[in-house]
Amino acid sequence: MLEPTSEADLADIIRRASEPLNIRGGGTRGISAPSGQVLSTRSLSGIELYEPGALTLVAKAGTPMSEIETALASENQRLPFEPMDHRAVLGTDGVPTIGGVVAANVSGPRRIQVGACRDSLIGVRFVDGQGTVLKNGGRVMKNVTGYDLVKLMAGSYGTLGVLSEVAFKVLPGVGASATLTLRGLPVPQAVQAMSAALGSPFEVSGAAHDPARQETYLRLEGFADSVEYRARMLTEQLASFAKADVISDPDLSAATWKKIRDVEPFTGADGDVWRISVKPSDTPQVVNRLSDAQCLLDWGGGLIWVLAPTSTDVRATLAGIPGHATLVRGASTVRFHPEAPTIAALSATLREKFDPRAILNTGLMGVATPAAA
Amino acid sequence: MEMPVPNANVVSRKARLVERLRDVLPSDAVIDDEFETRAYECDALTAYRCPPLCVVLPRTTEEVSAVLKICSDMGVPVVPRGAGTSLAGGALPTADSVILGVARMNDVLETNYDDRYIKVQTGRTNLSVTGAVEADDFFYAPDPSSQLACAIAGNIAMNSGGAHCLKYGVTTNNLLGVKMVLMDGTVVEVGGAHLDASGYDLLGLICGSEGQLGVVTEATLRILRKPEGARPVLMGFNSNEVAGACVSDIIKAGVLPVAIEFMDRPVIRATDAFSGAGYPDCEALLIVEVEGSEAEIDEQLGVILQIARKHDPVELRESKSAEESAKIWLGRKSAFGAMGQINDYMCLDGTIPVSSLPFVLKRIGELSQDYGLDVGNVFHAGDGNMHPLILFDANKPGDLERCEAMGADILRLCVEAGGCLTGEHGVGIEKRDLMVDQFTPEDLDIQMKVKDVFDPSWLLNPAKVFPLKSSETRRAA
Ligand SMILES: Cc1cc2nc3c(=O)[nH]c(=O)nc-3n(C[C@H](O)[C@H](O)[C@H](O)COP(=O)(O)OP(=O)(O)OC[C@H]3O[C@@H](n4cnc5c(N)ncnc54)[C@H](O)[C@@H]3O)c2cc1C
Repeated sequence: MLEPTSEADLADIIRRASEPLNIRGGGTRGISAPSGQVLSTRSLSGIELYEPGALTLVAKAGTPMSEIETALASENQRLPFEPMDHRAVLGTDGVPTIGGVVAANVSGPRRIQVGACRDSLIGVRFVDGQGTVLKNGGRVMKNVTGYDLVKLMAGSYGTLGVLSEVAFKVLPGVGASATLTLRGLPVPQAVQAMSAALGSPFEVSGAAHDPARQETYLRLEGFADSVEYRARMLTEQLASFAKADVISDPDLSAATWKKIRDVEPFTGADGDVWRISVKPSDTPQVVNRLSDAQCLLDWGGGLIWVLAPTSTDVRATLAGIPGHATLVRGASTVRFHPEAPTIAALSATLREKFDPRAILNTGLMGVATPAAA
Repeated sequence: MEMPVPNANVVSRKARLVERLRDVLPSDAVIDDEFETRAYECDALTAYRCPPLCVVLPRTTEEVSAVLKICSDMGVPVVPRGAGTSLAGGALPTADSVILGVARMNDVLETNYDDRYIKVQTGRTNLSVTGAVEADDFFYAPDPSSQLACAIAGNIAMNSGGAHCLKYGVTTNNLLGVKMVLMDGTVVEVGGAHLDASGYDLLGLICGSEGQLGVVTEATLRILRKPEGARPVLMGFNSNEVAGACVSDIIKAGVLPVAIEFMDRPVIRATDAFSGAGYPDCEALLIVEVEGSEAEIDEQLGVILQIARKHDPVELRESKSAEESAKIWLGRKSAFGAMGQINDYMCLDGTIPVSSLPFVLKRIGELSQDYGLDVGNVFHAGDGNMHPLILFDANKPGDLERCEAMGADILRLCVEAGGCLTGEHGVGIEKRDLMVDQFTPEDLDIQMKVKDVFDPSWLLNPAKVFPLKSSETRRAA
């Protein structure tokens, strides 16, 4: 295993590499290149700058998530996008790194309110496939200087470059939190209830539904009085769907959302795990088509976690529905949703520019719809 | 500002070009009259002007595609244009270019409240996007001060921000999808009403690419339910340092206002005289706005005012009514206009880490002395996006050049302080040649490689963003 200890070292290794490299952060996220020599970022570690008064944090890519979370918690701040921990549901072990979060654009329940990982990411340093050290963005949250490669790097799974440093806009911690639970709603009504909640002025920061339990969860966060007020208003507004139970105990509320974030209902169960993104009003139809599978809805219904019998063609359920399905756990090597031919061609050419020798995570990402073939 | 020498070969074929464009567009959509094309000779960076070869105003994506095919075929540069309010010269024509204006494409294509998005043609103005959903209590969050005039097309190209982006983010955080036409006429759809990309985040790349990757004709935008209410508070302080420290303390306390705006003495005086906002005469003024129900607003403002009191404010004015709120915002919203009354001005847009605010303001004061030009500062303090306004007299020989030199020094200062050249206005031609102060040649090269992918012949808005020297070989190829 290659394990650079500095950015210069990383650049040197890549420059000299003559065969494909398998880029690894903590190795907990389940999606990686099929082959290649392992290059681990874990020794590129440490928080380099944290300014609570400016809401900014900069860390080396291999910094463990726990270190980042501890530092932020000590100032009552947090990463806004609530990244999940994949270990339980994937059965992986290892130490999740901040670079891995960025490479996979990992975003949890709060994504519907504050955006994805890519929306909080304000700067990157990385080494491209030629071994050139590059930077984009910076450490300030308003920055339109040049093209936004920061967004491009988020979710590119190490195929365009190996991240060495990442910078974030962070947010104040939550204060109080409450969860409303609505019971007995079938999926279509649950999605409608979540849409009503998210379309209310009450700043819902999580909207999920567990069809197996027929429970719909809505989260409110902020100052205590305000959370209480909004919980009351929302309960009233949703009364026609179901009576809401309010959990205002912060630990209980947090536990509920951790379960959803980490897809706990699927932990230890057999089958393939998929992640589908569609617009919420299409969700009931998709869930309906997935009659053999277990589902868990997040993001107001826009994110469908699916536990399906091994080798089910889950993508087929998206026929005629805009969106995409990613295989998170399973045997197939086609993890990403095939893209329209023009988009796939642009993406492939971009990749060639960033990694002309095709050595970074070779074989991962980049599939066109069959029409392209 | 140096611009590339117009391609004589292209200029000489103007008649043929216009003829071909008329074949694919209605006759009123092609403007080649020399007098009429003058209306498009500049954007809001009015110091630079150049009439284009001709102007096209298509109404559909198909027409845009047909135009680009012709221009691509004939090797004619194309400059996309929204409303022409760019402060960076992003929409400045070259003498050998076609201006492709999307102003006539302003329809709302779809509104969906359940999934909270609106789909529009990109010529629609920013404010009229909110206008289309306002009656149903929704709004589109990014709110540049130019929102009455500027188009979604320009907002996407520049990744524009606004006063309320501390809470709601800038354009890229509120953009879900686009339809875009590549220079060769190919129409691509990127993103949509669902969240996140299945592969690379091309949408994130397109947003902020200053019209250099494709012409965006349709956009799917996130809309939000309006908050129950909003209320600003005005605070006056005796020094910039103290005001800066107050901003930092508010943020650290865990309150996230929707806006924190900062004005220094020259701007306070000018705006007060211009608008009659009744601002106190002090060194630094903050406007902090929070949202929610009445009780929530009281609670948040309680925390904020308590912090402010610790910083010895010379004035704390909490709005008691909609009229008072409007009055507090009045001066801020007319700041550019007020400064324009005094003199010509150049508006800079660098961002700095909030912690270096006092230092940077002090250095700007010193530079103002050195150059003998007055500067006013008004900016989005929560996120460090500065807007120094340098006053000069366009009729006085040498003043513009002095002003530009000083502006460049201020922007370099922002970069040195750990910030960047532009927070929301874009690079355009204005900051093009300063890019080397923020980026290494390699950093610039990888960005230019992205343009190579989308526009291999470098015909779309070619003289912008990158220093002419850096892009020379590509543009000549
Ligand atoms: C008084 C004033 C206040 C302002 N306040 C703010 C502010 O608060 N925040 C802020 O961010 N900006 C502000 N601006 C700057 C400006 O309004 C924004 O940059 C705006 O987004 C430009 O929009 P536009 O439609 O006028 O674009 P244009 O000026 O027409 O063009 C801007 C850029 O977009 C490109 N472009 C245009 N249409 C397309 C298209 N269809 N496809 C691809 N590229 C295209 C152009 O080539 C150009 O590079 C202000 C400007 C003024 C004059």
